[in-house]
Amino acid sequence: MANGELLNKRDLINKQDMNIVIVGHVDHGKSTVIGRLLADTNSLPEGKLEQVKETCRRNSKPFEYAFLLDALKDEQAQGITIDTARCFFQTELRNYIIIDAPGHIEFLKNMITGAARAEAALLVIDASEGIQENSRRHGYMLSMLGISQVCVLVNKMDLIGYSEKPFRRIERQYRRFLKKVDVEPVCFIPISAMEGENVANHSDKMPWYKGMNVLEVLDSFKSEELPEDKPFRMPVQDVYKFTKGGDNRRIIAGTIETGKISVGDEVVFYPSGKRTRIKSIEAFNREPMTTIGAGWAAGFTVTEQIYVKRGEVMCIANELKPKTTGRMLVNLFWLGKNPLVKDKTYYLKLGTAKAEMRLEEIRSVIDASTLVSKKKEQVDRNEVAECILTLDRHIAFDLTGDIAKTSRFVIVDDYEISGGGIVMSDLEDQTSWVRDKVLMRNYKWIGSEISAEARASKYKHGAALILITGEKTSPRKELGRALEKQLFDDGKLVYYLGMGSVLYGVDADLIDHHLLPPSRQEHIRRLTEVAHIMLDAGMIFIISARELTADDYDVICTGIPPEKISVIWVGEEKTTDIPVTMHIEKVGDIQECVKRIRYHVNL
Amino acid sequence: MNHLDKLENKSIHILREAYANFKSLCMLWSIGKDSTVLLWLARKAFFGHVPFPLVHIDTHYKIPEMIEYRDKLALEWGLDMIYGENREALEKKLTFPDGNVTRLECCRLLKTEALKNTLNGKWPRYRLNHEKKAYEIDSNTEPFTGVIVGVRADEEGSRSKERYFSPRDKNSDWDIGDQPPEFWGQFKTDFAPGTHLRIHPLLDWTELDIWEYIKRENIPTVSLYYDHGEGKRYRSLGCWPCTFPVESDAKDVDGIINELKTGKFANIAERSGRAQDKEDGGGLEELRKGGYM
Repeated sequence: MANGELLNKRDLINKQDMNIVIVGHVDHGKSTVIGRLLADTNSLPEGKLEQVKETCRRNSKPFEYAFLLDALKDEQAQGITIDTARCFFQTELRNYIIIDAPGHIEFLKNMITGAARAEAALLVIDASEGIQENSRRHGYMLSMLGISQVCVLVNKMDLIGYSEKPFRRIERQYRRFLKKVDVEPVCFIPISAMEGENVANHSDKMPWYKGMNVLEVLDSFKSEELPEDKPFRMPVQDVYKFTKGGDNRRIIAGTIETGKISVGDEVVFYPSGKRTRIKSIEAFNREPMTTIGAGWAAGFTVTEQIYVKRGEVMCIANELKPKTTGRMLVNLFWLGKNPLVKDKTYYLKLGTAKAEMRLEEIRSVIDASTLVSKKKEQVDRNEVAECILTLDRHIAFDLTGDIAKTSRFVIVDDYEISGGGIVMSDLEDQTSWVRDKVLMRNYKWIGSEISAEARASKYKHGAALILITGEKTSPRKELGRALEKQLFDDGKLVYYLGMGSVLYGVDADLIDHHLLPPSRQEHIRRLTEVAHIMLDAGMIFIISARELTADDYDVICTGIPPEKISVIWVGEEKTTDIPVTMHIEKVGDIQECVKRIRYHVNL
Repeated sequence: MNHLDKLENKSIHILREAYANFKSLCMLWSIGKDSTVLLWLARKAFFGHVPFPLVHIDTHYKIPEMIEYRDKLALEWGLDMIYGENREALEKKLTFPDGNVTRLECCRLLKTEALKNTLNGKWPRYRLNHEKKAYEIDSNTEPFTGVIVGVRADEEGSRSKERYFSPRDKNSDWDIGDQPPEFWGQFKTDFAPGTHLRIHPLLDWTELDIWEYIKRENIPTVSLYYDHGEGKRYRSLGCWPCTFPVESDAKDVDGIINELKTGKFANIAERSGRAQDKEDGGGLEELRKGGYM
């Protein structure tokens, strides 16, 4: 099969692409397999083979196909693949991108980087060495990464005299292992990459093997279908408004993970629960579309101007709802230099959402190569674990059993992606009960003709919530009232409300007025709903309340975007754990103090 | 979704991730076909707009038509255009064409050093004033923390190891042995102060993809890529003293696509007309470790 002829055929057939990863233990011959595939399909640039052969001759080394790939100087010195190289070749059916993943344990993160891009995998095992640690570890990783098409190549058959018995033994043992991690291999092929047996030909040295050769197996892999039949999911990447160029479109942009959507469809954003309808599908230099689906980097305008931001997930109303919580049970693998521990803050990134994360509990740690599970206090590099994670806010996601794509997350430790995992189940968190109410409120909210932007431009300021808190004796109310007066005199739309005014009105049905848990949370929730209405009206809303805590603040943030909230603590000593925007130790002249507040919170 | 659609959508996704995560972001535009496709993809990603500056490193040995083309498109498309240069090396004539330094040293001074110091804001940046249609020294000297670059994995050995989001340390160095993991569409977007990231939306594209996309989208390109009757054209654009035209009678995009698919270039590396590659052991790796694109 000459490459030139194949290239010509690209005009005739609209050929598919496929990413394939080659994994396996170090020195089991992955690079040799690729080198052989490239050479046997005539896919090497002219002169490349000669160039590498010449280098080998000059250095008095025997030529190996692996040297073709290990083209980098660093690698040739060490003799191992440290990163994933990509090679391109084609058969009559497809264009292949072959990813060579390193087999050395130190480079598991590179193996994952390579494997995660692949639709199918070739797993190489050395016939003379048999199944090794990373043969198993990589098998497990393929399962976690969600790669279901796996073919096992038992390589270096020349070293064991091309005999069937040891091949069958390896096949039996490894099949058993793969079954435990839920991988059903397509087939096992006995090969010698070095000698080219069963790679592109049918080896006459192993007449006992009647199955496909490597190239045939590649062509038998199924192309990943775009998951258009699943519920619609689009993590919002951004909301664009490029008014500078006279463009007034407000475009919600993101890449569609699953499902499809049409103009006119009703959509709901999670976790906020806000609803609207698709008005148009936007694009540059492309025919207008009325329906769009999985895989597209899309952009939409909507009929009602709701406020949504990056991190939310756009879904279609009446389809399966995603989960929304800040606490979840997950399976994860850890790649970080430092172990995953409790009492440390990480970031979790899922879709476009990013939240602060803490490790709450390790259920078990699993050795990926032996599958033995044990109880441990931390998760070390290259280990797999079942854990409970807690986030600083709630995000939207799916369970791995429902939609795998939107169940996958990574963990960032000190600027580095240090782990990845899948969500097994969603768990209740502290503010779940408030969130469910807020979700329903947003869902049922009857929108106005007037947008938040229109109000802000008329009043010449945006909506804001100022919480003034502190100890019993601190002059919170005085400051609140003075702040209201100054802002009012400056022509701003402003309203001051003391906590006491809520207790005996809005909260009159709550028997316990003492603001102690559990009714305290309900008081705070109602206060938040009042604030929500005032902010929706475009106001600057000032509340004074005694000794608000971090828990109170979490409840408030569930109902109001945190970027609209400023917390001012009044009094020498801060006696609660609430995060503050400004701490006023001494009030002094009240008008001067109000000016300081206005400067600090930019009002 | 066909092959080009897949590539296009992946690249757009990466561009939008870059825009969402980096406050101080720019895109390198070499005026060549790859970075012009990248620029086009940015217009696709942002619905006709390019919401960050384009940076060009002017070695003053670029073929004049490249600069004309750059400024014409910048004005037509309303691009925020910036160029930088190594003024000192040019004034002291520390260049290969002046006969004072080797090709590699010339590349290092006029490209790598100029780029490094333009990105970190230490040397003057010249920004296009659209009203005056002239370049002025830019008052903004804030370092760029995200730099979008049009490298492709199929170009040569070291580029095939690149990440979509690839960190550079305080000295702009690339640690090829310790790169961040990248999976499930999650990239390294967190970075320590003083470091920056190179963003590579075209990593999966091949030279043929680039030309097929140029044809499909009807993207304007420099005429240097085409034969004007002399049986020669440029396959890759660089500085004139170190870039040589190849023998070819491809007169338009179709001609080039045909040549890449069936003709004599199907199996010859694209950068074979670039002299500096050969002096770097063929890998460009030394140049790239120091910040070369």
